Amino acid sequence: MRRSNLQFAIWGLLRQSAPRNDTWNGNTVKYISEYRDAKLVQGVIEEIKRVVTRPWVIMEICGGQTHAIVRHGIDQLLPPEIELVHGPGCPVCVTPLELIDKALAIASRPDVIFTSYGDMLRVPGSGRDLFSVRASGGDVRVVYSPLDAVKIARQNPDKQVVFFAIGFETTAPPNVMSVMQAKSLGVKNYSILVSHVCVPPALHAILGSPQNRVQGFLLAGHVCAVMGYWEYPSLAEKYRVPMAVTGFEPLDIAQGILMVTRALEENRAQVENAYPRAVTFEGNQPAQAMIAKVFMPCDRKWRGIGTIPLSGWCLRPEFDEFNAEKRFDVGEIQTSESPLCIAGQILQGLSKPHDCRAFGAQCTPEHPLGATMVSAEGACAAYYQYGQRASR
Amino acid sequence: MCLAVPGKIIEIYNAGGLKMAKVDFGGVTREACLEYVPDAQVGDYTVIHVGFALNRLDEAEAQESLALLQEIANLEDELGPDS
Repeated sequence: MRRSNLQFAIWGLLRQSAPRNDTWNGNTVKYISEYRDAKLVQGVIEEIKRVVTRPWVIMEICGGQTHAIVRHGIDQLLPPEIELVHGPGCPVCVTPLELIDKALAIASRPDVIFTSYGDMLRVPGSGRDLFSVRASGGDVRVVYSPLDAVKIARQNPDKQVVFFAIGFETTAPPNVMSVMQAKSLGVKNYSILVSHVCVPPALHAILGSPQNRVQGFLLAGHVCAVMGYWEYPSLAEKYRVPMAVTGFEPLDIAQGILMVTRALEENRAQVENAYPRAVTFEGNQPAQAMIAKVFMPCDRKWRGIGTIPLSGWCLRPEFDEFNAEKRFDVGEIQTSESPLCIAGQILQGLSKPHDCRAFGAQCTPEHPLGATMVSAEGACAAYYQYGQRASR
Repeated sequence: MCLAVPGKIIEIYNAGGLKMAKVDFGGVTREACLEYVPDAQVGDYTVIHVGFALNRLDEAEAQESLALLQEIANLEDELGPDS
């Protein structure tokens, strides 16, 4: 997700205020600076070098982790035996083209205020994006939280306010809460365009593919903060792949890689937790209960990958009045995807961004052919932004 | 999308029918919804995603895993990188 200016400001401040030395021992943990301690990260990397004896392919699911890995150069510090491949955990990237085209059609209506997380605005639909809808007079607004969209609906009772509810499990609790709030406050002009996807069915699809190369996984820490990791042991066992719930700071990522490497070397197909400060096995129970109340599982098409059975969530029929797809008839959608873009291969860990002929040439963040070049979680954007173009 | 930032709860209140809080991110304050962390208290650290606290951060777990990683780093120091 593209960070808002405020989020950038927060990160900037945190970086400036982060103490250089490790002040955690005996002091209050601030949960950021400790996990960027170069000495600790180096220690874990050295331990990975010590335990590894042969080549392993490990996938980080989450695009946020892809960016952290490339930005901090963790992939360059690892021993050559460890190859990291980048997973499908970029919600903006996997949102199906049909739904983006639908969003463009709804956002173009004069009676609609279309609200979205910022990243979606430059994602190419069939020929245009939400920015161009805004440029041609559509009321398209970036919000920080879905509750802001409900607020806009209350302030504009004569308009239809639509929120583009995309995301993985992490983003589901906020999105369903906006529906519950609108319902309890009697807000009639609010609806959501849902494109929710879930991690476990995607892992199942990746591991079940005959082309699969992935031998271990870094599980997405914030997905697991919501859902816990009770869904994963059966997958780990079935496909004999170890997994580690992993956070987002350099030390978290190094620790997750160490856990998975150790398990691979010892032939253990277990799910371990390298992010226990934020994640429990059961996850956040109130959040899971609220998701189950508002959403139900459904088949979902993943952009560039195809339909994965029961891989997403959609609104339960009792919340039809908040379903933008039911509220707005946008007619027949004819999609067209760039023939050059290999985002689907990249999202499945089958190719790297530099394998693409269009990377950095016809396809740049300013003129993206595919969503992986746009999103702050897209692998192509990470490689482009941090100059990681060499193959390893 | 799944970006979430740790922050400290500095004030709890109700707004729009929801339990809300002011959360401090190293000097910058923002509003966040606490509906999913009903036990959260002022002074707790939470991990905030798009204006929602996803979980309380567990300080004991954090200290324990940092201590373990410190041990690994110390050991590597003693053994040297090539051993």
